[in-house]
Amino acid sequence: MASLGSIRRDFAPWANPDEKPFIRFENVTKSFGSQTTAVDDLTLSIYEREFFVLLGPSGCGKTTLLRMLGGFEQPTSGRVLLDGQDLSGVPPYRRPVNMMFQSYALFPHMSVEKNIAFGLKQEGMPKAQIGERVQRMLKLVKLEKYASRKPHQLSGGQRQRVALARALAKRPKVLLLDEPLGALDKKLREETQFELMDLQQELGLTFVIVTHDQDEAMTMADRIAVMDAGKVLQVATPAEIYEAPNSRFVAEFIGNINIFDGQIVEKTGSAARIRDKSGTEFQIALGSNAQADGSAGLAVRPEKLQITRERPADAVNAIDGEVWDIAYMGDLTLYNLKLDDGRIIKISTINSRRRVEDALTWHDRAWVSFAPDAGVLLTR
Amino acid sequence: MAGSWSRFNIISLTLGFAFLYIPIVLLVIYSFNESRLVTVWGGFSFKWYGAMLNNSALMSAAWVTARVALISATLATILGTMAAVALTRYSQFRGRLLFSGMAVAPLVMPEVITGLSLLLLFVAVGLDRGFTTIMLAHTTFAMCYVAVVVQSRLVTFDRSLEEAAMDLGATPARAFFQVTLPVIAPAVIAGWMLAFTLSLDDLVIASFTSGPGATTLPMKIYSQVRLGVTPEINAISTVLIGIVTVGVLAASLFNKRRALRERQG
Repeated sequence: MASLGSIRRDFAPWANPDEKPFIRFENVTKSFGSQTTAVDDLTLSIYEREFFVLLGPSGCGKTTLLRMLGGFEQPTSGRVLLDGQDLSGVPPYRRPVNMMFQSYALFPHMSVEKNIAFGLKQEGMPKAQIGERVQRMLKLVKLEKYASRKPHQLSGGQRQRVALARALAKRPKVLLLDEPLGALDKKLREETQFELMDLQQELGLTFVIVTHDQDEAMTMADRIAVMDAGKVLQVATPAEIYEAPNSRFVAEFIGNINIFDGQIVEKTGSAARIRDKSGTEFQIALGSNAQADGSAGLAVRPEKLQITRERPADAVNAIDGEVWDIAYMGDLTLYNLKLDDGRIIKISTINSRRRVEDALTWHDRAWVSFAPDAGVLLTR
Repeated sequence: MAGSWSRFNIISLTLGFAFLYIPIVLLVIYSFNESRLVTVWGGFSFKWYGAMLNNSALMSAAWVTARVALISATLATILGTMAAVALTRYSQFRGRLLFSGMAVAPLVMPEVITGLSLLLLFVAVGLDRGFTTIMLAHTTFAMCYVAVVVQSRLVTFDRSLEEAAMDLGATPARAFFQVTLPVIAPAVIAGWMLAFTLSLDDLVIASFTSGPGATTLPMKIYSQVRLGVTPEINAISTVLIGIVTVGVLAASLFNKRRALRERQG
């Protein structure tokens, strides 16, 4: 396992300008009829051996994008390239990619074994070799005992494994997974996430996953593409997406966030002062957003905020309000602080001690404070 | 309250079934009648079944009917399944509603009109009436029934099964024959049985489209009855009832088993 971790640690082909993308969408547009545009002039590169996640709300075009890669939809305009080869007009049965369907799409009239062997038979692989490969796939997904069962005799998790084994049996260059864990319960989903990651490292394959579950995306992805309305808003590692979202949509779609809307009143080098609607001024490090000017939003995650009864003496940015709601979650406590102008600020604190003297309670006055580099400036 | 309702239910059920089945039960009973007179009970006997087998005119009519039913049911199943696939699959072509309506319309068309129009068609194209024309006519009207049965199955068919097959390297034709067809097979078989039974007992359309030398069993029975009912007719009718009952039961059992399996799955 240690070796798998080290592969993951140093893996960043997207940062290397000489690296050739393995999958490339070039100005791809897909319209259904004249009204709906599912994918809108989208360009995206995915690298070999990458665990790539397409994340977005339902109807954002992520599944359409995946289906174009599988060959089930043709782009209205633009090109899809795989390993430098243009895939236009190549039917699904001639593409070196395999897909795991959201419904699993197991053939109900075939046993587990036959399901897995299906793709190999289409290739015309000799029988003995098929048997051997099927056995190996069954072992990989730990279903050796279930080889002769029919899909309807399996549990949801077992079906998911059969679907995975079937899609992997042909050793595709790319595995496409459409909401692969959507039908599993929470606990099984979490286990399976790690199994999928290990499997991907072990086989050295490129995985492209579609999901609407941000936790799933954060856990598994090398990189995430956040999509909305047919466009990719940001492509970055989970940490970058979370800590440095490039737009309001990305910031709000992933995790919780507080956004103070205001005007930039002063810029000095790498720092700026922003005055929010209530007249409070905040200091903020500009970071990568040095061009920002005029109106902007100051976005701070709840766990980057401190909540205290008195204003901390050294606080650069602070604002006070009334404790409006408290949610004790065990590991965390979430506070909703109501500012005097009615806005609600979300704060989360880690419960690192078992007992707290003089804990904040409902309707207490409290101060929330944060460092200049705790937030990001959002201009769109 | 519930008790009085259930008595009412029992009476209406009994009356309904009596109306439906007393004539048939009578016919079956009299087929075992020893007596030559149809309405007088003369003791139990299988003799009219023997006589039926020795009646060459009756047997040749039965043979014609069997062949017509087998061939037309098979053709109707192939064409009906193709129509159903086209109508559910290509849901976006212009005039789809018109087409699907047209596929179902013959179901409610009076048989006399179907028969007459087919007759006119055969005369117009100069096809000699006989075995072939009956078979074609039966194919035509049974096809709609098959299309309806298969279509209702295809509506719930998960298309991603076919996509998965293609994704795994199967051409569209292979995907259809190796995945789609086996999955919808119960509906296709049910459609075939329905077509077979429909062809077996059709009188009107067969009368319109038959010619010399090609008489189906229902036509033969009908013409004989006009000369007087013989116990022989009772015997062959009983056999027909048996075949039709088995066919319909088997078709519905097929469908029920499929539904049960799907619910488990």
